Amino acid sequence: MPDDRPTGLPKATRRASLDWGFAIVAVLSFGSIIWVTARDGIAVSQHILLEDAWLFLTILPKVMLGCLIGGLIRLLIARETIEKHIGEGSGLKGLAIATLIGTLFPAGPFTIFPLAAVLLVSGADRGAAIAFVSGWLLLGINRAIIWEMPFFGTDFVLYRFLISLPMPILLGLVARAKFLDSLARGKGPETPR
Amino acid sequence: MIVIGFTTLLALIAAALCIIAYRRSPALLSDGFADARTQFMHLLPRLAIGILGSGFLAHLLPKETVLALFGPNSGWAGTALASLAGALTPGGPVVGYAIGAASLKAGADLAQVVAYVTAWSLLTFNRMITWEIPSMPWRIVVLRVAVSLPFPFLAAGITMLAR
Repeated sequence: MPDDRPTGLPKATRRASLDWGFAIVAVLSFGSIIWVTARDGIAVSQHILLEDAWLFLTILPKVMLGCLIGGLIRLLIARETIEKHIGEGSGLKGLAIATLIGTLFPAGPFTIFPLAAVLLVSGADRGAAIAFVSGWLLLGINRAIIWEMPFFGTDFVLYRFLISLPMPILLGLVARAKFLDSLARGKGPETPR
Repeated sequence: MIVIGFTTLLALIAAALCIIAYRRSPALLSDGFADARTQFMHLLPRLAIGILGSGFLAHLLPKETVLALFGPNSGWAGTALASLAGALTPGGPVVGYAIGAASLKAGADLAQVVAYVTAWSLLTFNRMITWEIPSMPWRIVVLRVAVSLPFPFLAAGITMLAR
């Protein structure tokens, strides 16, 4: 596979980071299983195991579709398109677009933060960059479908999504406030807008 | 009903994207499928173990403690504690969701769990140190964190009001 995909970043970093989180989860999970079995007996363990297995099976189609949607969007939207629309002076519309892109952009932190940095250098203002990162952090659809829904169910995710919807734009607006200029710019001229 | 509707919606979106990709070039579509398969195989063991663990973890969480710290009567102190816990929970996509779902099952209040997930999403130290600070100008990171601080509380407040 050619490595010139617009958002492709080295996969090695991704694996190293995710595995760390995975290790914590694995230790927590297997530790809990052993603990429950030892404390409450095999019957209780079996009951929980069946419930979890059923949950896992019911979410698999969603996870599969999430992966497919993610893979396709990643290939269809080029980085250049993103840079074009959230430049300086983009106003509220720029914040909204930045949020939308962050929401739709199916990538991990290994892509998002470098991309935000690139946006900053290539003309996006600090509000748009923060709206973009927050949109991804709070509303990232890919993450919500693949990770959050299996654990919390559709209702919780939709509810959290709804109340978080205005937040990235709000965060971008606050970040643009004049009184934060000194924090964002510092004294040197080399720091970004 | 909602769940089935949502899965159908996802299927429709996926189908539409497949058509768009195919029209651009069939190779793009097969690249997309290959990408999706790689990601799915990567996720599968993580999700399996995470979901498995959250059920057992919920069973183990001391219900009285969870209720006292994060239950319906825990108020803003519970929100503050939940937000702090969110910021301190290590990154990786599973950990926070697994813990949040387990606490919800063990009796934590919806508002506190929303605060926890919001804080974990916006303010996880671990992700900041591993990814954000190395790749972004640090002043922008500080600014982002500063403006994000009130949001777990806002999310919890809206949840309390919405009930």
